[in-house]
Amino acid sequence: MGTEATARAPKTALVRIAALSKRYSQAGGLMGKRFVVDALRGADLDIAPGCLTALVGGSGSGKSTLAKCVAMLEKADSGEIWFEGNTIWPGTSKQLSRLRPKIQMVFQDSASALNPRLSAAQIVAEPLEIQNLGKRSQLRERACELMTEVGLSPDWADRRPLEFSGGQRQRLAIARAIALKPALLILDESLSGLDLSTQAQILNLLLDLQAAHSLTYLLISHDLTLVGQVADFIAVMHQGKIVETGNRQQVLGSPQHAHSKELAASVRVVEEAYRTARVGIER
Amino acid sequence: MRYLQRRLVHGMILLVGVSIFCFLLSDLAPGSFFDEMKLNPQISSDTIAALQSQYGLDRPLPVRYFRWVKSVLRGEFGYSFAYNSSVRSLLLLRSRNTIFLTALATVFAWLIAVPLGVWAAGQPGRWLDRICMGGTSLLLSLPELVLVFAFLYLVIRTHALPVGGMESTGFEQMDSCAKLWDLGSHLVIPVATLALASLPLLMRHVRASMVETLNSRFIQSARAHGIGRTRLLFRHALPAAANPLISLFGLSVGGLLSGSLLVEAILGWPGLGPLLLESSMSRDLYVVVGIVMASTLFMILGNLLADLLLVCADPRMRVT
Repeated sequence: MGTEATARAPKTALVRIAALSKRYSQAGGLMGKRFVVDALRGADLDIAPGCLTALVGGSGSGKSTLAKCVAMLEKADSGEIWFEGNTIWPGTSKQLSRLRPKIQMVFQDSASALNPRLSAAQIVAEPLEIQNLGKRSQLRERACELMTEVGLSPDWADRRPLEFSGGQRQRLAIARAIALKPALLILDESLSGLDLSTQAQILNLLLDLQAAHSLTYLLISHDLTLVGQVADFIAVMHQGKIVETGNRQQVLGSPQHAHSKELAASVRVVEEAYRTARVGIER
Repeated sequence: MRYLQRRLVHGMILLVGVSIFCFLLSDLAPGSFFDEMKLNPQISSDTIAALQSQYGLDRPLPVRYFRWVKSVLRGEFGYSFAYNSSVRSLLLLRSRNTIFLTALATVFAWLIAVPLGVWAAGQPGRWLDRICMGGTSLLLSLPELVLVFAFLYLVIRTHALPVGGMESTGFEQMDSCAKLWDLGSHLVIPVATLALASLPLLMRHVRASMVETLNSRFIQSARAHGIGRTRLLFRHALPAAANPLISLFGLSVGGLLSGSLLVEAILGWPGLGPLLLESSMSRDLYVVVGIVMASTLFMILGNLLADLLLVCADPRMRVT
């Protein structure tokens, strides 16, 4: 399966996912009956380097599980994942620890994604500390540089996460994610839950960072309007499978799969409603 | 500092409230220390009346209470009718024995519960976790009393350890090593009982708190950075899971005086347990009040210690 997928995939893919499957099972009930959920059912995806690939789909379609498998936070049951031509799944722990810094993840809820007991500088410097990339004073200096890069004042280095606003926390999470100079940044609903103005600011920051560090993004989002504006490629996920991939014009303009058509239609409905509301306000 | 002062004032108010409540209840309870004397034909009613007058028991409740408050301010904590001595001297000797026993049991229980809870939380649902959970369920279902009797049965059958008390006869004549050995062997059953009785609750709290923390997003983020398992568990998860455990530790400290009364009474450990039992039975009022007050004081100090530790351990507490 992996060989077939390799043959199918473009040679330039930064990440190649082939026939990935993941099943969650949990014992429950008085009789100990096991509940089984197939989160991934042979998902295939290529992520092009330097691009923003959006992964869209309904709730429970397996987007986050796929992202966690790529970030090596979950172990797939079967299938293969390559990163820069190296197998990361199935792979040895030595391979994984070598490649892990190159794939970083930014979660949706920044309040819970940052250790509330650590200061901003400690949070940003921790990945560097884990990888033994300098002495304590050097790490703090680097953390302050990273904070400046994401638009946070280094004077706030000793503040705790709860002393920041939602947008500032998300900037802190991004600073931590780029600390190890990753090649791939997985944005798991990272822009959800922010107000429109903050969302736009964070998006601009991400695009600036992409240009500055040649980053590749895998954006997981429910917001198809946002995806339609920023994604280079879109992959549509449904019931644990990637049912359609292509550039944004293809997927949103002339979708082929029934589920993609539904999603594209919902974008048009939202846009139409938005236009109508605007006309009403302007009158 | 202002917080500390406020807490101390609250503690004082609580102590005063508990002391008034104790006096009210003791006044409502039927009988008095001198009732048994009344049954003795050799003691005249005049003698009993004189004794009651001497100890101020013929006075109204508020007068008795204020006399007791005065004696507390003198550091005597009232007078024991049965032991014919100040309550302070009795409490000092007995509480020392009780604290020695319970502190040892608490240390053992925490030393076992924390690593075991962290370890079980690190692999939830696996067979080792299941064994831990099954074991703690069994221990939770067993009352302290059953544990003591089970140990006593074993000891009586095997003659491996002394059955009760704190020291063997001829303890004073023993050399230091023999004294230490003797004391240690007497400690085994009460310490094991008390540690096993508190272990399941502590371990389950540690496990539950750790499982919740290990599922949080910031732990996933830490894992994504390639953090090692030991560092993840002890640097990130355990401090984050510590708040409820620190509160629990405060309760453990608070229970140092009152947590072993039953075990002490059964095993004849010369602590506060047997003293409270005897004093309650003989209506030795001021001793009972003294023990209750000492237990309350420990509970207040334990909670205060937990709050101070929380402020030290969690930077968010300092912010708020």
